[in-house]
Amino acid sequence: MSGVVITGVGMHPFGRFDGVSTTDMGVHTVRAALREAGVAKGGFQAAFCGTAYGGVATGHKVLSRLGLTGMPIVDVEAGCASGGAALMLAAGAIRAGQYDTVLVFGVEKMPKGIIRSSFFEPWQEEAGLAATPSFFALRAQRLAVSSGVTKEHLAQVVVKNRRHGASNTDAMFQKEISAEEVLASRVVCEPLHLFMLCSPNEGAAAVVLTRDAPRADPAPARVTLAGAVLRSHLPGSVLSESTPLSGLTEDDVPSATTLAATAAFEEADLGPQDLDVVECQDTDAARELLSYEEIGLCDPGASADLLVSGATGLGGRLPVNPSGGLLSKGEPLGASALGQVVELVRQLRGECGPRQVEGARVALSHTVGRGANAGVVILTR
Amino acid sequence: MPGRVAVRAGLFADGDTPALLGSRCASCGAHHFPCHDTCPYCAADGPVPAELTGAGSLWAWTAVTAAPPGYQGPVPYGVGVVELPEGIRVITHLTVSDPAALTLGQAMELRVVPLHTDAEGNEVVTYSFAPVGAP
Repeated sequence: MSGVVITGVGMHPFGRFDGVSTTDMGVHTVRAALREAGVAKGGFQAAFCGTAYGGVATGHKVLSRLGLTGMPIVDVEAGCASGGAALMLAAGAIRAGQYDTVLVFGVEKMPKGIIRSSFFEPWQEEAGLAATPSFFALRAQRLAVSSGVTKEHLAQVVVKNRRHGASNTDAMFQKEISAEEVLASRVVCEPLHLFMLCSPNEGAAAVVLTRDAPRADPAPARVTLAGAVLRSHLPGSVLSESTPLSGLTEDDVPSATTLAATAAFEEADLGPQDLDVVECQDTDAARELLSYEEIGLCDPGASADLLVSGATGLGGRLPVNPSGGLLSKGEPLGASALGQVVELVRQLRGECGPRQVEGARVALSHTVGRGANAGVVILTR
Repeated sequence: MPGRVAVRAGLFADGDTPALLGSRCASCGAHHFPCHDTCPYCAADGPVPAELTGAGSLWAWTAVTAAPPGYQGPVPYGVGVVELPEGIRVITHLTVSDPAALTLGQAMELRVVPLHTDAEGNEVVTYSFAPVGAP
């Protein structure tokens, strides 16, 4: 099922930008995406804006500055998957015939330090049971048990993604790092060291979606949105991104990521074996490896083997996070999923220079976070 | 007069034999923590309150090395998951803050431990798990 194409993308680098507002970043990004798509005032019938910390009417503030209002503007909050949620809503509306062209963007300025989330009740913070990295660490430790993932594997994920990100001018960290440096950084929550965790930060990304129709002069590299799915969790896992206080001892409940990936593959009529390039959630190094297993890039328990084989590095069979991932870019929640989509659109167009995945035709973006919310987007050329 | 207060009422019973206050679904039999008024697994209403066994085995653990937002207790502190005989895993504070001192499957028991002293001078306490027999 498709019928939706991406005709323009825009990006504000991810990083820290004192004196630049959320609205400023949104204006920069939306302007770039609309210009690339050749869409002017009156050329889109709806806008969806992903943001988690932006506050009331974040999308309206951006489009008001650009003189582009009157159409419905809806802010979408789905944690780390906000952008994926916005894409799903926009694509669905186009397929349903409600709109022809929709603007989707995500903007964020995250507070510094450990992410403070209104998701938790005050007593959970007071009791020390709301520290996001501690949940990542518990998941990493279980991955060590289930899949033989070691600290050295975790360091290798960081080395790989930072190597990829070194040539990405939109990334916060554009410098390679060695495994020794990763392992020498301070322990935040055992087994996770500081450099194994992404930095919450600031940024924006935008895409323009249009109903696919025959054109007299088709753009040379139109990218098809083959699937866009958001899923929440099923209860059961105590370490689900829904961060419950308890779970069951049964281990066979599919994760939100698996639910979303399965549905997205079905929507696109494709499978993991068809993928050429992937951007996946690497909020921490273990999360990337868990994503391999949950998306189906490898068998359960085989994520470390896939990493060690070199398949997921640039030049490998299935490069994962060629942008450098969140470990290089940092994570502005509302913009992170769309940042992945912008990277993948550019990969499918062949515009990525030193980090280009040669001949990429099928790409998958994955984000997952609080809620739980898991978003999977599949793009084809 | 300052006293001893739970970080949240209704989570655990304090005293000589502390207990976690959960519930059990009369329809599917699943146990919950904390107490739920609808079963999260089968959506049946009216789970029955149930005190959970105060002993279990360690399933996952780590330590938080810097105070996260809203936390006023000592650092580092332990956080982990303990598996209880009722067939559930519970997220918990741990009395041990050195991850190297714990092992997978280790027998653990419930304690109630101080977190910090609030503005009124009350000792704020929470549930925690400690290795069986640890001081």
